[in-house]
Amino acid sequence: MTQTSSLITDEMRAAIGREGDPVVHEVDNTGCRQFARSVGYSDPIFYEEAAAKARGYRAVVAPPGFLGHPRVIPGKAAQRGPESLGFQTNLKRVLNGGTDYEYFDDVCAGDTITATMKISDIAEREGRLGPMLVVSTETTYKNQTGKVVCILRGGFIRY
Amino acid sequence: MAQVYFEDVTEGQEIPQVVLPCDSQRLVLWAAGSGDYYQIHYDKDFAQGTGLPDRITHGALKNALLGRMLHEWVGEKGRVRRFACQYRGMDHINKDVTGKGVVTGKKTENGANIVELEVWTEDPDGQKTTPGTAIVELPSKN
Repeated sequence: MTQTSSLITDEMRAAIGREGDPVVHEVDNTGCRQFARSVGYSDPIFYEEAAAKARGYRAVVAPPGFLGHPRVIPGKAAQRGPESLGFQTNLKRVLNGGTDYEYFDDVCAGDTITATMKISDIAEREGRLGPMLVVSTETTYKNQTGKVVCILRGGFIRY
Repeated sequence: MAQVYFEDVTEGQEIPQVVLPCDSQRLVLWAAGSGDYYQIHYDKDFAQGTGLPDRITHGALKNALLGRMLHEWVGEKGRVRRFACQYRGMDHINKDVTGKGVVTGKKTENGANIVELEVWTEDPDGQKTTPGTAIVELPSKN
């Protein structure tokens, strides 16, 4: 097989490991409740403070996968994609490859979570639909005390 | 539901499944709950304009359903430590998504009772559209 020119540019290589701007997520009662309701939870710890406290939590609990919502202001939406970390590609289509949530502590209403994303790897593959870039990301979520509560490892495919 | 304990769990054991009917109301609830307002999940014309037959269920909702299944299984004294999945196949609107899991291992690590699982969601034809893995902590009877 002849070696074709790489999709991975020097610009992309330089972006690996670089951290994006921190994004602040607020976790509140309404957010926890709405998320829990949308997944069909019936456990009251996701809805009622008294129930959560009776089970030893600080406040209403954020369900697994919920780390609060970022503030989105129309016209001022924060650029959160990997392009904000410094690379461009001509590949237009995107697939979410998957997610991996690792928790180190509880997340509760009242928490202010700071999320920082970085690209952990960029690989190149030849897929059924042509050349693909497989981009792995790692987002670290710290709470207001500075503790890392969750690491989200994700990936997406540009093709 | 009764609390499950570390000692009760064996490799190969299936955990209770969860079924989520994913109609348009569910997908709109999730759009609001997650903040993902991409129209392929609730606007039929938009979805068809991108070449899809109809609206599709959010991948992240399937992931969250796996989180719910694990939370409900580990009970009040357990904790969901880690859950991961890959979005391999589409699930279509007005179909049930079923979350399932099987225990693949157990160990005690730094005093914590850890159980590892294979987890996934299935469509009504039994296709595993969202395969994954999970790690939970369970209480001990001792």
